Amino acid sequence: MSTVALNEGRMAVRTSTKTRRAKQTSTLVFIALVVLSTVYMAPLLWMFSTSVKTAAQAIASPPILVPDPIVWGNYPDALIRMNFPRALMNTLIYAVPAVIFTLLSSSVVAYGFAIIKWPGRNVVFILVLTTLMLPGQVTLIPLYVTYAKLGWINTYLPLLLPSLFGAAAGSWSGPFFIFLLRQFFLGIPKDLIDAARIDGASELRILFRIVMPLSMPALITVGLLTFIDKWNDFYNPLIYLQDPKLQPLSRAVQVFQSSHKLDWPQSMAAAVVVSLPLVILYFFAQRKFIEGITLTGQKG
Amino acid sequence: MEPVDAQKNRTASGRTGRAENSGRGKRRGMSRTEFRNLLLGLAFISPWIIGFLGLTLYPALASLYYSFTDFKILQAPRWIGLDNFTAMFADPLFWKSLGNTFYLVLVGVPLSVLVALGISLLLNTKGLRGIGIFRTIFFLPVIIPVVAASILWIWLLNPPNGLVNQLLQLIGIHGPGWFYDPNWAKAGIILMAVWAAGDVVIIYLGALQGVPRALYEAAEIDGAGPWLRFRHVTIPMISPAILFNLITQGIAAFQYFTQAYVVSQGIGVNGAAVGGTQNSLLFFGLHLYNNAFRYFRMGYASALAWFLLVITLLATFVLLRASRNRVYYEGQE
Repeated sequence: MSTVALNEGRMAVRTSTKTRRAKQTSTLVFIALVVLSTVYMAPLLWMFSTSVKTAAQAIASPPILVPDPIVWGNYPDALIRMNFPRALMNTLIYAVPAVIFTLLSSSVVAYGFAIIKWPGRNVVFILVLTTLMLPGQVTLIPLYVTYAKLGWINTYLPLLLPSLFGAAAGSWSGPFFIFLLRQFFLGIPKDLIDAARIDGASELRILFRIVMPLSMPALITVGLLTFIDKWNDFYNPLIYLQDPKLQPLSRAVQVFQSSHKLDWPQSMAAAVVVSLPLVILYFFAQRKFIEGITLTGQKG
Repeated sequence: MEPVDAQKNRTASGRTGRAENSGRGKRRGMSRTEFRNLLLGLAFISPWIIGFLGLTLYPALASLYYSFTDFKILQAPRWIGLDNFTAMFADPLFWKSLGNTFYLVLVGVPLSVLVALGISLLLNTKGLRGIGIFRTIFFLPVIIPVVAASILWIWLLNPPNGLVNQLLQLIGIHGPGWFYDPNWAKAGIILMAVWAAGDVVIIYLGALQGVPRALYEAAEIDGAGPWLRFRHVTIPMISPAILFNLITQGIAAFQYFTQAYVVSQGIGVNGAAVGGTQNSLLFFGLHLYNNAFRYFRMGYASALAWFLLVITLLATFVLLRASRNRVYYEGQE
């Protein structure tokens, strides 16, 4: 008994010094994080800063963060040079259908894995996850050859087709979204679905009328991640859309790189323009992003 | 949509026959509802089945076949046995690209996974204020389109005028040539990767927040200091997340392409093929791309693709094997 009392006494002492020390550590950690996050922010600040400079200001030494005067003219110049309206249209023609197709196909497939109980579904599901391991390069060449034979090069078909089937080797999207939605669907109360079945609702009706409306948070996450994935996609447009008229934003930004006279302020203005929509999207839907990414990790 | 439906029916009826056979054999007891559910389940996952067969399995097997052929896209593939593979092992650029890729996998991945772990540990400190803002800042680089980020880094690491070397100059250091210098090009790439590892930070943070406080308190009562608590509570509890990050980042590093492509085009060397100064940025994915889409050596490129698959699987297997007794899964034991 006495040892217990002694321990408790010692712990009380330790707790008071502990809280003090905890406070000190959290101040130190705070300072460390301020420094680190400044370092992480610096490139983005520099991107914006360069975009509002003249060419001479951009290479001034020592570097200046806030130029005087601030030059906004790089933006209209960059937008014209990268043919912004057309590039934006091309990106949206790709991204919007891809989001719709992905939401539909991965919901249907996830329903088949989560709500309908059939023998062997878990084994097949493991196969779905296994395809994540496959490098995209392994399927690339035969797909390219096939699409070339079909005359699909310089069309959006090769880019959109995978999203119809929830399967795209080498891209995280397909199988990963099936996984994410399956996990969410598994959490929907069984009673709701059984009641609908007793009322004679078909499985498709249950999916569209009950399961999907109840899964809005997960669907929004999948939609957002798909949109960003397509907005950023460089590889598929590089391979399949060789016609400059079809180039999406991700390719159009490169215009400034391949030309002879490199104009850094214009280059950075273009980089800001393609990044800004995603940054705004991120600020509005930050929680969805974090949830989606955190869920990825839980698969491990 | 029509062909999809037609194929869906075909797949479903194809499976029916097999299911009936096995029903007569082993699984005599399958009831009507069970059988109905099997058909229904397969019908629902049929988009995936079609995608798997048509967009994954068929092309994967076709590229395996191509890897044994001479295939210049315009003529039909011609069987040449193992010639592509012998050519591959005799190709100095193959070894160069393999070396560059392993550098990225063995140096870049551990480094960015480690830095991300450090940041997430800082973010997980009890009673930290402003965690939301910090988390936002560390995740922001992930949101920036890869092409824009790559162009930004070409600018930041520009030898005479970039911000990095200018700042180094201020403290009296003459900065390197970065992407223009074969010895420093990969360092630039890794810097970029560490900067954009915010998703890894978020995954760690999720895992760290899942560690029960009670475990830390118990360890503390047992007299464990911060290091022992980190070593014997934190690390085992988040080991699945560490393994997950190593595997996913590793797989991505083996396939590394876009950033290296944009950078090597941006610094404007090599003419038609991409690969950076003296091929210092020729990663495996770029070597494959050059062969497939610059030289149209589809057979050889297929051989490279299959080599990449085998290497990826081997590396993952080795990592899983090595971690077998080091990763702790709740509910095991």
